[in-house]
Amino acid sequence: MKALEVESRILLAHGGGGRLTRDLIATEIVPRFGDGPLRGLPDAACLPVEAGEMVFTTDGFVVQPLCFPGGNIGDLAVHGSVNDVAVSGGCPLWLSLALIIEEGLPLHTLRTVLNSVKSAAEACGVTVATGDTKVVERGQCDGLFITTTALGRRLPGFRIAAANARAGDRVLVSGGLAEHGMAVMCARKNIGIEQGPLSDSAPVHRLVAALAPLAQSVAWMRDPTRGGLASVLNELVDAASVGVSLREADLPLSAGVRAVADMLGLDPLHVASEGRVVLVCRPEAADEALQRWRALPEGAGACEIGRVVAGPTRVTMETTAGGLRLVDMPRGELLPRIC
Amino acid sequence: MCLAVPMLLESLTDKDAGMAALGGSRHEVDLSLIDNPQPGDYLIVHAGFAIEKLDTEEAEARLRLFDELAATP
Amino acid sequence: MTMRYIDGFRSSAAAAALASRIRDSAARLQTDGRAVTLLEVCGTHPLAIARHGIRDLLPPNVSLVSGPGCPVCVTPPGYIDTAIALAERGITLATFGDMLHVPGSEATLCDCRAEGGRAEACYSPLDALRIAAERPREEVVFLAVGFETTTAPVVSLVPRAHAAGVENLSILTAFKLVPPALRALLDDPEIRIDAFLCPAHVSAIIGPEAYAPFSGPNGVPCVIAGFEPLDILLGLDGILRQLAGGQSRVENQYSRVVRPGGNPKARAVMDAHLRPTDAEWRGLGVIPHSGLTLRDEWSAFDAERRHGVPVLRGHIDETCRCGDVIKGKIRPPDCPLFGTVCDPDHALGPCMVSAEGACAAHFKYGLLETP
Repeated sequence: MKALEVESRILLAHGGGGRLTRDLIATEIVPRFGDGPLRGLPDAACLPVEAGEMVFTTDGFVVQPLCFPGGNIGDLAVHGSVNDVAVSGGCPLWLSLALIIEEGLPLHTLRTVLNSVKSAAEACGVTVATGDTKVVERGQCDGLFITTTALGRRLPGFRIAAANARAGDRVLVSGGLAEHGMAVMCARKNIGIEQGPLSDSAPVHRLVAALAPLAQSVAWMRDPTRGGLASVLNELVDAASVGVSLREADLPLSAGVRAVADMLGLDPLHVASEGRVVLVCRPEAADEALQRWRALPEGAGACEIGRVVAGPTRVTMETTAGGLRLVDMPRGELLPRIC
Repeated sequence: MCLAVPMLLESLTDKDAGMAALGGSRHEVDLSLIDNPQPGDYLIVHAGFAIEKLDTEEAEARLRLFDELAATP
Repeated sequence: MTMRYIDGFRSSAAAAALASRIRDSAARLQTDGRAVTLLEVCGTHPLAIARHGIRDLLPPNVSLVSGPGCPVCVTPPGYIDTAIALAERGITLATFGDMLHVPGSEATLCDCRAEGGRAEACYSPLDALRIAAERPREEVVFLAVGFETTTAPVVSLVPRAHAAGVENLSILTAFKLVPPALRALLDDPEIRIDAFLCPAHVSAIIGPEAYAPFSGPNGVPCVIAGFEPLDILLGLDGILRQLAGGQSRVENQYSRVVRPGGNPKARAVMDAHLRPTDAEWRGLGVIPHSGLTLRDEWSAFDAERRHGVPVLRGHIDETCRCGDVIKGKIRPPDCPLFGTVCDPDHALGPCMVSAEGACAAHFKYGLLETP
């Protein structure tokens, strides 16, 4: 086995199944993840099964740039899947990790990313149980793509479904919105904003676990990733045949997020968070949910932003100027605008 | 047309360029289209270019007017 | 501290006071039962009005009509077709992000990118200079659209590329001038517009004097307003006061940025490199002397000449009635194309291309207006 030089790059042969593949796995994967079910590099992991229900999800990560202020594609790939399990009312336990690497990726970049995967997984209490590494020719992917699959145990009591939402319910978020998407946007080469917001990429499983005593009062939870708050709330109103009314003055948008949004002509409600929860709960549980969230560092910025209302299935917002606007679905790709 | 934001010019970085800030974010801004930019000036920035200086006296006068309007029942 | 110059112009208490003043003026105007129709000259005003929910604060007899829009949504289909033709030759396009969704005769630049064309979204025109300098073996074309605000920043690429010896960068010009478009609108005898809400940042370049020909005894009130909610309300308040008092003059409600005489330095950069030309506006047709193109001495930077791809008239459905919508002659649903072949996902005219153009807004917010 030959350790790779720090300045070296990933070659096509590192994915070819031969000696270089073996070396890459032995020097980069096994030392980080080889203690659990990966020990001995079996073709599949054997996991203990408990009674009850499992929660199972998968997600692909293709962020550019790979490293951005506040995180990189590695911790993002862990948080993304772990958070999907968590907001579905699950306790995340196991993770798969599939890497698609473009030939020429600097080894130090891969190491940075794998270190982040390891520390993020440890912080979330999940174990990387199985994985795969492929290398593709230059131009066939953009540096590094990661797919993670997370498996968790269903927490008792939660019955999360958009259809549970009813008029009078409160809408809460666990912290500042749109910070991840804005951080990534600012880090892009053709934009070049310095000292923009830091990504909020973080696990939310403790925020969900903290609500367990209130589970009966929780109607619905989501992490507002792609498409931002506007997207998840529009999906909610479509599914639940209710409306949502927000108050702009109550939205947790940092000065940095608002500044970048104004510079680039973006609506922060359309921009992703990667470490936040949007919660719809019964009104009598709202105060306690906020207290429970604020007792955790990742929930320090939790606040109520609006309520579920009867009537047309739309999301509206009372603006800081005192007007009323429609919060519609984002069109898709976020692009800097001049108009 | 033409989104533009107020930014505070913090320093001059080059001939016709400076570092400007808004809400904790910084961006290098082109200064070639305005006269005599100085650190401490507030700029109106469009597509990375300062297109005008913001007159803070005029702005403050407006903000005082808004305070009066808000106080009038 | 800088956020003060944004947030200070968004206060709900002052907005309520201004809105009440606007309602008082509007009530006095309700003599002939006709709504007062105001033209938002600039596409950013309707965007800001929608984003801040200002429509909700206004009395029902004040009707806002989005004008020619923004330099992006008035880009004619032929221009997009030419940009796509350039990309198909392997040329790298650099562009403001909002151009990617503007439809050509057959496709958008997004479609072109999906087919393998290179189109990079930039925040600043200077990014195009950097891209060209970093990739000397690629030809780079910047999609040079803009009203007066954007024109000076974009055209300043040309002397810089020249000075830096960057020889692989050129610009595809579709610069537009606001005053000739306003003249063309006002020359229609059937126009039903009572006042112009004039743009914030275009006015910072051209100065309030540029609207003088449109005001006065045979004209309409022309009020310059910024894009924050209180700026817009001040502008509308100014317009209604003028109308209530029978006045018609140019008024600057954005005095913290717009100065008498505008920005002569920016105009000098434009004059040094550009000359007036006739320009095609999506949905409005060709308006004489309403565009700017590179002067002959800078033709090496003109993408049309450098790559031999003249911009041709593209196809737009002849029955598109955006021109009449903008002039206040018809409402969006009166256009035969509205909601049938023209909708926000398949937009034809500028009123639908712009996210808050009159037709797109009607399509989207019809929902909000029904109780």
